Amino acid sequence: MAKKVLAVDDSKTMRDMVSFTLKGAGYDVVEAEDGLVALERIGGNAVDLVITDINMPNMDGISLVKALRQNPAHSSTPILVLTTESDDNKKNEGRAAGATGWIVKPFEPEKLLKVVQKVCG
Amino acid sequence: MEVATDTQAKNVIPDPNGAGNSIDALDHDPKEIQQFVTFAIGKEEYAVDIMQVREIQAWSEVTILPNQPKYMRGVLNLRGIIVPIFDLRCRFGQGETEATPIHVVVIVAVKDRIIGILVDRVSDILKVEYSEIRKVPDLDDQEDQDHIVGLVTAGDRMVALLDAACLFHAEIIEKTIDVADASKAPQ
Amino acid sequence: MDEYAQFKATYFAECSELLSDVESQLSELSTGADDPEVLHAIFRAVHSIKAGAGAFKYNKLAEFSHEFEALLDRMRDGRIAVTEDGVNLLFRASDILAAMVEAAESGDDLANDFGSQILDEITIIVKGEAKSTSSEANGTTPAAATNADTSTPQGPVVYHISFAPKAELFKHANEPLLIIRELKTLGEVEALPSLQNLPSLQAMDGEEAYLAWDFVIRTEASLEDVEEVFEFVTEDCDLLIELQGDMTPDEVIPEEGTPTEATVLEYAQHAIAKGSDTAAPQAAAGGAKATAKVSSIRVDLDRIDRLVNMVGELVITQSMLSQQTSELPSDNMPNMVRGLEELALHTRELQESVMAIRMQPVKSVFSRMPRLVRELSNKLSKKVNLNTIGENTEVDKTVIEEISDPITHMIRNSLDHGLEPPADRIEAGKPEVGTITLSAEHRGGRIVITIADDGRGINREAVLKRALERGLITENSQLTDDEIDNMIFAPGFSTAEQVTDISGRGVGMDVVRRNIQSLGGRVSIQSTPGKGSRFTMTLPLTLAVMDGMIVEAGTEKYVIPITNIVESLRPSREALKRLPNGQRLVRIRGQYVPLCALHHVFNIPGARKDPAKALVVLVESEEFGTTGIVVDRLLGQQQVVIKSLESNYRPVPGVSAATILGNGKVAPILDIEAIYRISQSKKKIEDDEEELVFGTLNDVPEELEHLTDMPPSSSSTMPQPTAGS
Repeated sequence: MAKKVLAVDDSKTMRDMVSFTLKGAGYDVVEAEDGLVALERIGGNAVDLVITDINMPNMDGISLVKALRQNPAHSSTPILVLTTESDDNKKNEGRAAGATGWIVKPFEPEKLLKVVQKVCG
Repeated sequence: MEVATDTQAKNVIPDPNGAGNSIDALDHDPKEIQQFVTFAIGKEEYAVDIMQVREIQAWSEVTILPNQPKYMRGVLNLRGIIVPIFDLRCRFGQGETEATPIHVVVIVAVKDRIIGILVDRVSDILKVEYSEIRKVPDLDDQEDQDHIVGLVTAGDRMVALLDAACLFHAEIIEKTIDVADASKAPQ
Repeated sequence: MDEYAQFKATYFAECSELLSDVESQLSELSTGADDPEVLHAIFRAVHSIKAGAGAFKYNKLAEFSHEFEALLDRMRDGRIAVTEDGVNLLFRASDILAAMVEAAESGDDLANDFGSQILDEITIIVKGEAKSTSSEANGTTPAAATNADTSTPQGPVVYHISFAPKAELFKHANEPLLIIRELKTLGEVEALPSLQNLPSLQAMDGEEAYLAWDFVIRTEASLEDVEEVFEFVTEDCDLLIELQGDMTPDEVIPEEGTPTEATVLEYAQHAIAKGSDTAAPQAAAGGAKATAKVSSIRVDLDRIDRLVNMVGELVITQSMLSQQTSELPSDNMPNMVRGLEELALHTRELQESVMAIRMQPVKSVFSRMPRLVRELSNKLSKKVNLNTIGENTEVDKTVIEEISDPITHMIRNSLDHGLEPPADRIEAGKPEVGTITLSAEHRGGRIVITIADDGRGINREAVLKRALERGLITENSQLTDDEIDNMIFAPGFSTAEQVTDISGRGVGMDVVRRNIQSLGGRVSIQSTPGKGSRFTMTLPLTLAVMDGMIVEAGTEKYVIPITNIVESLRPSREALKRLPNGQRLVRIRGQYVPLCALHHVFNIPGARKDPAKALVVLVESEEFGTTGIVVDRLLGQQQVVIKSLESNYRPVPGVSAATILGNGKVAPILDIEAIYRISQSKKKIEDDEEELVFGTLNDVPEELEHLTDMPPSSSSTMPQPTAGS
C-alpha cells in the first residue's frame, strides 16, 4: 500500500511541488495549508510521514510538530520540517519540538525523495 | 466606451498564409480523406473544410452596422455571440444577394473568430482524398484568387475550396487596426 | 529542477496575492498598528516568495527576499525596532521585491545593481544587529567554512563508524534501520551490531535505546556524504566516524558539532525565552485571530466570467420570452403568465447575485495609496495625512482594475499642486499637516470617488494664462470659475513643463479624463481658493451591463447610454438654425446646441430628416458639452448586457459595443463622443431640400465659435460612406 504523506505549507507552489514529487514516486499525498488544517485533516488517523513548513498562519510548523508529538497516534510518525539555509535556529527549534529531520528549501526533487526515504522508507 | 475584449481584436496578427485550413497536399497522405461542406451561389459551387463549420442556419434578419462595407450584411446574435454575416455573392462582385428565409448562412470558425457566410443553398458534404485536390491555376490577371486554395471535381461539378480567413481577411483583420487608429484620430 | 517549471504559473499567481498582502499589511503597519501578527504576516509572505524564487532559481529575487526576510525576522521578534524609517524601508523593499517578481515572471533582465541600494541598507541594518547578538553570522553559513577540509578523497576509502543511538533518536521518530539502509547506498557496508548494552527482557524499557552498531564502509563518498547520512541524528546518538588510517581522532564528528553546538545553545535559550509568547498562544490562535481564517474559496476568474456571460444570455432569453408572450391573450394561460413573472424576478435576482460575485471592495486599490502619499510627501517635503472613507464600497472587478490609475494621478496632482509646503500652510493659518481625503460611495447606481485636499485650491490666474498660451481659449473668452478650474482636463493643457516627476509619468489630466470617459465615467474638479480642491469621479458599478435608452432611426435600433442623456425633446421649426459652414443648431431655452443627425452620421436610409418631425436627444459629455442627437423615436429604457463587436468583427466608428435586445436582435451601443466627432468631420449635407428646414444663422454667437473653425473635413481617415444596403 502506498505510503501516506501529509504535506503542510501555506504556499500552494510548495505544496504542489512536494505533492508532485512524492506522488511521482508512488506516495499518497494529503495537503494542508496550515497547522490547524493539518490537524483537522490528520485527526487520529495514521500517516507515514508529515512534511511541514514552519512559517504559516493560524498554526505554525513548530506548534504543529509539538501538537502531533503530544498525540499518541503520531508520537512516532516521522516529521520533516521545511527550512531555508539560514534557518539553523529553525532546524533546532523543529528538533526540539520533536521533528525527525528537515529539508532545506529550495530542494531538488531527488533531494526531497532521498530525505523522505531516509525517514520513512 | 471600450469593452474589455478589445485587446483580443488587436492581438490578431494578419497572416494570410497561416489560415487554419490551408490545404497543402504535400503535408498529407494522398489517400487521407478530407471532408468539405459545399454550398452554391447561383450555379457556382464552393466548399469549406467541414472542421471549420460550426452550424448552418436559415437566413434571418440581421442588424445593419453603421457604414458597413457592401458585402457585409450585418450582425447576428448567435446564442449571445455577435457574429458578422458576409454576402459571398457580393464578395465575388456579383451583386447583392436578395436574401429570403430559404437562403442559408454557414457559420464558420476562422482563427479565433466566428463569422457567417450568406449563400444561396448548402449542397452536400464532399469527401475527397488529398490526391484529388488540384491546385488553382496561376492566372496573372486574377490577383484576388488567394482565397481559393484548391479545386475538386465532384461528378460533373467543379467545386472551389475556400479559405474563409483569406476571403474576409481584410474585413475582419486588417481593418481592425486601421479603423482602431482612425476612430481616435479626428479631434 | 525542470520538473518544477510547471509550477511557475502557480508561483506567480501566489506571488501577486502575497505582494498585495504585503502591501495592505504594510499600510496597516504605517498607520501605527502594533499587532505582532502584521509583521508575522509580512514575514510569511516574503518567506514564501523567497522559497519559490529559490526553487525556480530566480537568484536575484531569492537573494533579495532572503535579506528582506532577515530584516523582517528581526523586526518581528523585536531585535530591530520598528521605526518610521524602518517602515519606510519596508515599503521600498516591497517595491523592489514586486519589481523583481515581475521581472522574473516576464523574463526581463533587471540592471545588475537593481535594488542594490536598498539591499545594502537592509544588510547594514541586519548586520549591525547581528554584531550585537553575535550568533547570527555563524548561523547563516554553517557548513561553508568547514567544507574545505572535507574534500572528496581520491578513490575508495574505508570509514569506521560507531553508531550508538540514544532514546531521543526514537522520540524524534528516526529509524536506525533506515539509516543503515541509506548508508548501504554509499558502498559496501559491514555491520556489527553491539548487544552489550542490551538488558534482560524484564528490565527493558520500550522507550530506551539499547542497540549499537559498528560499521565498516568502503566507499568513494566523502566524509561529508557519510556524515549526511546521520544528519538528523547527530545529537541523538554517540557517533564516531573515522577514516581508516586517519590518526587524528579529533576530526571525529567535528564539523557538524562544533559550530552548531554553540549556536544551538544560544538558540535553545532564545527559544526558551520566547517559548512563552510564541509556541503556546499560536496553538490556541485559531479562534483568537479571526481575521486570519475567512470562509472563502478561490475561484478562477474565467469561471465567473463564463457564469456572468451565461446569465447575460438568460436575461436576454427571458426578456425575449416576456416580449413574445405579452402579445398573447393572457386570460387563457394565467399560470404561464405567473410563471414568466417569476422567471423574470428570479433572473434579475440571479443576475444580481452573479454580478455580486465579481464585486470587490475598493480597498484593494485604496490600500495602495497610503504609501504613494508617504513617498510623495517625503519627496516634496510636505506633511500630509491621508484619510480614506468607504473603502468597503464594492464595484465590479472590471471597474476595480481601471480606477487605480486615475486615483493615483489625482492624488499626485493634489499633493503636487494642491497642498502647500508646511511653512506656507503655517503662514496661511492652516495646520502644518495637510489632509487628503479619499472616499468612495455608491450613489444612484454608480460609484462616486472623491479626492479632496485642504490645499491652496486652483490658481485660476495661472490656469487662464496657460490656457491662453496653449490657444485653448481666446482673450475674450468669458469663463465661469468652474469652467476655469476644469480647464486642467482640457487636451493640451498639461505640458511637459508642468509635468514634474511627481505629477505623473508624462500623463496629463486630459488623458485621465479620457480614460475615465472611455469607461462611461465622468470626472470634474471643484476648487475654493485658499481652501482646497476636490476631484469627483463617477463610474458605472460594472462594465458588463448598463442602462440604455433604445432609440430608432430608420428601421435600425440603437442604444444610447443613459448616463449621457440629459433630456429629449421635439424642437419647433423656428428653433432650428444652420451656420454658414453647415453646422446645424437647435435653440433650447436661449442656448444654441449643435445637432448631429444619427442618420447622417451613419448613413441610415429612411430616417426622418427633419428634426422638427423627429426627436432630439440631448446628450452631455465632458469632451464637447451638450449636443443634440437626432433620432426618429425613443423606444424605452432598459438594462442591457454589453457585448463586444470586436471579438468577431472589428471596431465600428461611432459604436462602442453592442447588446442584444428582447427580440433577439443585436443593437449597437452608441459612442456619443465618436458620433460627435464624425458629425463634425462631415457636417456639410448636400441634400438641398433638407437645407430649407434650417434657417441660416449668420451672426455666429461667440460661444459657438469653436464650431466654426473645425477643420473642414478630416474625413480621409473616416470610412467612406457606402450606398445604403
